[in-house]
Amino acid sequence: MSHWWKALGVVLLLGVVLVGLRTPLSPALVHVSEDKLAPGPVTIEVLAYNTHFSAKAPPQAWIENDGQRVCTDAVEVLADNSLKLSFSVPAGLRKDLSHLVVHDPKAGAITLYDAFWTGAKGNGIADAPCPSMNVQANTVEPFRFPHRSLLNESVRNLFFHVPMWFAMMVLMTISVVHSVRYLRSNDLVQDDGALGAAYVGLLFAVLGLVTGSIWARVTWGAWWTSDTKLNGAAVTTLIYCAYLVLRGSVPDERKAARLAAVYNIFAYVLMVVFLMILPRLSDSLHPGNGGNPAFSQYDLDERLRLVFYPAVLGWILLATWAYTLARRARRLQTLMHHAHDA
Amino acid sequence: MMRPQEIIGLVRLEVALDLRQKASWAGMLLYTVSAVYLCYLGVRGGLPLPTWNALFWTVLLFAAFNALARSFQREDTGRQIYLHTLVDPRNVVLARTLYNMAVMLVLSLLTLAVYVLMFGGGVLDEAEVGVFVLSVVLGGTGFATVLTLISAIAARAGNGMGLTAILGFPLVLPLLLSVMRASKLALDGMPWSITSTYLLWLVLIDVLALALAYLLFPYLWRD
Repeated sequence: MSHWWKALGVVLLLGVVLVGLRTPLSPALVHVSEDKLAPGPVTIEVLAYNTHFSAKAPPQAWIENDGQRVCTDAVEVLADNSLKLSFSVPAGLRKDLSHLVVHDPKAGAITLYDAFWTGAKGNGIADAPCPSMNVQANTVEPFRFPHRSLLNESVRNLFFHVPMWFAMMVLMTISVVHSVRYLRSNDLVQDDGALGAAYVGLLFAVLGLVTGSIWARVTWGAWWTSDTKLNGAAVTTLIYCAYLVLRGSVPDERKAARLAAVYNIFAYVLMVVFLMILPRLSDSLHPGNGGNPAFSQYDLDERLRLVFYPAVLGWILLATWAYTLARRARRLQTLMHHAHDA
Repeated sequence: MMRPQEIIGLVRLEVALDLRQKASWAGMLLYTVSAVYLCYLGVRGGLPLPTWNALFWTVLLFAAFNALARSFQREDTGRQIYLHTLVDPRNVVLARTLYNMAVMLVLSLLTLAVYVLMFGGGVLDEAEVGVFVLSVVLGGTGFATVLTLISAIAARAGNGMGLTAILGFPLVLPLLLSVMRASKLALDGMPWSITSTYLLWLVLIDVLALALAYLLFPYLWRD
């Protein structure tokens, strides 16, 4: 059973596609009609996502400011994802920003952090206890992906976009190792490995660019931005296009293999250094750069991680499988070519 | 083996050959002047600082491609075998890189002079001129370190100019980005302490490219 890893890759990816695309996002509050609160009565319409509010068991709601609560006067359920809340905002809130918390009997507490600007800073309000919360403890927390503002449903792209680049780096490394081996041994089999890995790596680079471009359109509003990470990706893709052009322009196969191997090693080492340097040259919008936290810090929570790690492993295994096929196809082509010549 | 005399001898050979072919130097110069003049005609009038900077580097980049792509062109098989019997190929690439760096040093300063002459040096009034000129020189010589091996590959593939540009562009791009940033900062009048980070990265890339060329070049010469 030397092929178990191929099966593992397929199973992992099937799981990733199923779980990654079918798991719903956690309920969240996405919009409030007011963003500034002055002391006095106020009515706020709240738009939520993935919730099932019902008039029979209306949710509780309160404004939270520095640990102190302002409770609702009335909660009206407009639809299963929209509420009308009435508050009497007291004077004297301590902090500038207040959170809005909606406690739904079914979904539990849903918080919109820093929902309101509550201007004038005071010394605190009188603690008025809210009416008793008929909070039913949720027996089992269902498996849900976190809802992130801006990302929304596109957070699932994490399982596709990011592993593409991991897989590409693995393939480019395989390619350069074969190039080194070719220069040492002059064995054309090694060259087939280098070329096969470069082909499949380029495919994954293009997929990474496409998935990234779609994600950028959704979150940043543009298909492409002049960003250091994106420039790095573009340079990498161009290098391997140039590698293929170089191979194509030399008719003699041993000479092509040798020149391509030299270029591959030269480009790979410089590329790795560039990818380390580029982010240090300027700030970047991309996660993991210039003050934008990468998913790996507090951003990537354990529920995403649970799918993300299998996704990385699955894509790398699939890419490796594709590479072995490309190498064998190339080998067969060469053999047929030679048989034809002879 | 690295032998200083051998390298010096090879650099001298390059200089002698190039001095004999005055047309190639003249051609390089004419290319630069025409490129700058074309930009001048296209733009007409004063340029804002970022555009001034970007246009300068674009002109210098293409001048560099033009100058460096020919560096292995005169190598026919006979001459190559002859050189191979005399010297270590690694010394050939070191000598060629050093010579190309010298060429690019002259070429980048010349380009800068022509450029300032045509477009006016208004942007230099507030600039750290010393740091700016240093970044121009380091950028120019940086192109030489990266593109020498590339032009050797392209020449061996039998398609010098076109392939040098295709193979070299993605490798030069990050270097170009960092040096453009450095020269922009120098033009803005930023002190050396800020600009130096970018230039140090540049020197690091140069050293790395030189080391790689030294290690890899012998494989290009084997047939």
